[in-house]
Amino acid sequence: MIDLLRGFMNWLFEPSIALTLTIVAVWALYRYRRVCTQNKIVGGLIVASPLLFFFFSAFDPNFWIQFKRPDNIPIAGMMFLVVFFTWFALKLAVDNDDRIREGRPPKEADPEEEEKVFVWPDLVYTELLCLLLVSILLVVWSILIPAPLEEPANPQLTPNPSKAPWYFLGLQEILVYFDPWLAGVVIPTFIIIGLMAIPYIDTNEKGNGYYTYEERKSEIFLFQFGFIVLWVFLVFEGTFLRGPNWNFYGPYEYWDPHKLVPLTNINLSEVLWARWLGIGLPSFWLVREFVGIVLMLLYFVALPVWLARGFLRRYYDQMGLMRYVIFSHLLLWMVMIPIKMYLRWTINLKYFVAIPELLFNI
Amino acid sequence: MAEAKAQKAAGTAAGTGTNRREFLASFPFVTAAWVAMTGALAGVGAATLRFLYPNVLYEPPQQFKIGLPTDFQVGEVSTAFKDRFGVWVVRNDEGFYALITVCTHLGCTPNWLATENKFKCPCHGSGFYSSGINFEGPAPRPLERAAIALADDGQIQVDKSQKYLFEQGGWDDPSSFLPFTA
Ligand code: FES
Repeated sequence: MIDLLRGFMNWLFEPSIALTLTIVAVWALYRYRRVCTQNKIVGGLIVASPLLFFFFSAFDPNFWIQFKRPDNIPIAGMMFLVVFFTWFALKLAVDNDDRIREGRPPKEADPEEEEKVFVWPDLVYTELLCLLLVSILLVVWSILIPAPLEEPANPQLTPNPSKAPWYFLGLQEILVYFDPWLAGVVIPTFIIIGLMAIPYIDTNEKGNGYYTYEERKSEIFLFQFGFIVLWVFLVFEGTFLRGPNWNFYGPYEYWDPHKLVPLTNINLSEVLWARWLGIGLPSFWLVREFVGIVLMLLYFVALPVWLARGFLRRYYDQMGLMRYVIFSHLLLWMVMIPIKMYLRWTINLKYFVAIPELLFNI
Repeated sequence: MAEAKAQKAAGTAAGTGTNRREFLASFPFVTAAWVAMTGALAGVGAATLRFLYPNVLYEPPQQFKIGLPTDFQVGEVSTAFKDRFGVWVVRNDEGFYALITVCTHLGCTPNWLATENKFKCPCHGSGFYSSGINFEGPAPRPLERAAIALADDGQIQVDKSQKYLFEQGGWDDPSSFLPFTA
């Protein structure tokens, strides 16, 4: 019974399924936000879900090995914090949305609900207490669980698996699917620029100073997609699911360094010319990669135009050409990440366009 | 003009003693201070730059001998020189080649997995056949080969300063491969 359950959980955590489930979960949380936040049982289950998962998983010897590593403990804590605060913010938002619908001001702006305290002593006092408590926590933590120091570095021996610091595990995961210059330089730059560009792209003034979801649905959902799915989930995956030789392991699976996973990559051009047409690859890259190049042009050039006239018309009208171009490209790059992950996991697709002659691969 | 100046000078001398500003300006102290500060900053800058370069470099030698051709078995991927020299030596049916132990993705050191018959990188999972060709994971190109030749004393000599890249046609170069002649 337990083994069956473990097998089922391992299957649930296969990358393509786990990613899909995460996306669906985020979507469902916002779609059924009323039930999720106002029903005590559902809400309690959501908040407790990471605790339950880690509590039950800790009985599994294989999971325990990974879980108890000093550098993995904060990740488990982070899962709890992310779920809790996502849920909590949504709860406040739903409450406010209800008030707004009834024609009342949001709670934060309601004079009747107003709760004002002095900076001195109330706020400063609270801050001092927090400072003390957090310092004590950190000191105790660092005494009880020493930092994982290893032997001096040896250039001929790379630890297996070699993991980036936890906050970079998302980027390390992206490195698996994209050419190094894209995943290592272009995409991180886009992330930073994109975050900085948010206030210029999202000029919806609703929600300033109070929680709300209904007044800025797509903004919040898009951000949470980038944060929860493409950052937190990838950190979790890199921490608990990536094992020796950077293979995927289920959470209750033993990290066997000899696990055999057939992963032979294939480029779109190889699928097209060799598999479908049955002739060899043309030698000139423009001919060879023609379909991939057209596909990328469709995706990055035609798709935003098409969206501007249809699905995203409202945004296009609001933003104007320049801001819409920037917005749509950041969006398309963001969506490109899960697209490539799915394609790699399902059909082992490596690159849409592979031109090693020009060091250009997508 | 001259009178006024003299008067002023006399006035200061008679009144508050020496005018401090004029006194200082007449000495090259300020100049010296600026020179000293610039010098010190340049020194700190130079020391910082110098700090970027290690005092001792434990770099494996670029040219080395790895033994007689008969020391290797056909089909063997020798990991014996990985730690010391950073190469794998492969003996196939026809001869020898030396693969450099640097992943072409971001430079980690892959491991040779004999049972799976492949090199596998622990950083992002790139896999390479024993020929060095990349077939899985993100590595965009095959492993690099080093120059390999027979030395005068009959030993195999590897020269890592000469690299042969598959995608540049380097593996067709005769120095990237040493045919076995018994
Ligand atoms: S460095 Fe080898 S796979 Fe990334």
